[in-house]
Amino acid sequence: MSERLARRDHRAAWLFLTPLVFILILVAAWPLIRSIYFSFTDAFLDDLSTYSNVGFANFIEVITDRTWWIAVRNTAIFAVISVALETVLGLMIALLLNQAIPGRGIARAAILVPWAIPVVVSAKIWEWMLNDQFGVLNEILVRLGIIDHGIAWTAGGSLLMGVLIFADVWMTTPFMVLLILAGLQLISSEIFEAAEVDGIPAWKRFRSITLPLLRPAIGVAVLFRMLDALRMFDLAYVIAASNESVMTVSIYARDRLISFQELGVGSAASTWVFLLVGLVAIVIIGVLRLDKAAGT
Amino acid sequence: MSEISFKRAPRRSPSYYRMRRRLGVALQMAALFLVMIYTLFPYYWAFVSSTKQGAELFRSALLPAFNFTYYRQLLDNSVFMGSLVNSVYVAVATTFFSLVIGLSAAYALGRIDFPQRRAVLLIVLMISIFPQVVVLSGMFELINWMGLFNRPSALILTYLLSTVPFTTWILTTFIREFPRELEEAAIIDGCSHFRILTKILLPLMGPSLASTGILAFILAWNEFLFALTFTLTDENRTVPVAIGLIAGNNRYEYPFGQIMAASVTVTLPLIIVVLIFQRRIVAGLTAGAVKG
Repeated sequence: MSERLARRDHRAAWLFLTPLVFILILVAAWPLIRSIYFSFTDAFLDDLSTYSNVGFANFIEVITDRTWWIAVRNTAIFAVISVALETVLGLMIALLLNQAIPGRGIARAAILVPWAIPVVVSAKIWEWMLNDQFGVLNEILVRLGIIDHGIAWTAGGSLLMGVLIFADVWMTTPFMVLLILAGLQLISSEIFEAAEVDGIPAWKRFRSITLPLLRPAIGVAVLFRMLDALRMFDLAYVIAASNESVMTVSIYARDRLISFQELGVGSAASTWVFLLVGLVAIVIIGVLRLDKAAGT
Repeated sequence: MSEISFKRAPRRSPSYYRMRRRLGVALQMAALFLVMIYTLFPYYWAFVSSTKQGAELFRSALLPAFNFTYYRQLLDNSVFMGSLVNSVYVAVATTFFSLVIGLSAAYALGRIDFPQRRAVLLIVLMISIFPQVVVLSGMFELINWMGLFNRPSALILTYLLSTVPFTTWILTTFIREFPRELEEAAIIDGCSHFRILTKILLPLMGPSLASTGILAFILAWNEFLFALTFTLTDENRTVPVAIGLIAGNNRYEYPFGQIMAASVTVTLPLIIVVLIFQRRIVAGLTAGAVKG
């Protein structure tokens, strides 16, 4: 292609990208810059025009707030445990659905149901199923004789965190299953057949063939899910509002911003969230070498 | 590889192997059954609970009572129906804009070679995964400045933050899957890029647009944080916020029957669409992540 034609192509490319660039500047870059800018001011939500520069005071206020660190700890616990459980469960279900067994097609469709249900609705359903007096789970456990009276699952403390993790695992395992299944289907079955003919036991086939070949697929899924879990807001908000035992960094930032109307401090908190999530993303990408494995 | 030892399994009768295989299949089917109970029971239970009245609700009979009083109450509840209309409006408009913007960008990213292509893709991916709360105050100012606060239209604009990068990314993957030969003749004939996109690729992209559109619709339909923050009054709420904010007088008087009826109502259309377009949705969800 001649130089002139190439240049015409570049121009055409940017023409096609114009709507994207415009929208991303309007709803992503600009609000992000303004949020960071507000972090350095003492602005309040009811009057966005009068404020003065306060330097790093807001950032310091956030990290000297005990509640912020509780929120960071909750978010970390929630993200790490739920993503770990989802990965293991997702891998197990994906391996199962990859087998040629009757009913596999229906199961593959059924697995999409929890994924399609809005988080708010899932939260409400689990809240109802785990209700201390009338919840079906307590009922089942009592009838099985495992407990003798209903447990107040959603009352607070670490039990409440357990409930959130449990509900999150239920909602997001389908995503893991789908990504891992897609990864499984990229692996040629000849490798397994060869291994089977050689008499290599099943668990060893899994450890030495399946798992290494699935690494890129699992890595991408873990990255997406981890970043999603770190920004979790709706699940905890619907079940527990601003209950400290499950408050996440997103809830903390929104509380400061909207409920307490402290735009400056709230923005500083959300900037911390931004840095936190960015750091985690860089670490995960580095550890998994995803840039090499998956490419872009 | 040295750790793998080659041991010849002792020879056994064919019936032993047949039995073993059958046992294996039976175990797998049992596991499959458990998986289906796990994934489907909560929604089933929501439906069962929504058809029980009064004291029935608190007795855990496993079969639905088929009493649709709560559903009739919902239909008569103008606030709830209003939020349903808002949700449909917001989700449809968001899907439409995200598809148009995403398709245009995907053509450039998938079909035209230009030096900054990888950088643009990377930025798009980064935006799609960063937390919404990070832009909350800047978005609040933007919405106020545009005079959109407490209007459903504000949500369309804010939802583009997560849906546009998503549709761009997935449609780019889909466009790359079409063979280049499709347009080569057109390029030689001096056809413009715009005509290649609209006359050659677009007619072939129905299925890709459908699956991407469904995913964007679900994203918009389920969004909570922006909807909660940028609408104030009941008549401007979307469904997730409306359901999220239903509350009883106290913890023990929670209107669980009504909440379950509302939950089933707003979820059923989604589930039906998802089940119908199952294959396409899976293709869309995995296209971006695995091959991306």
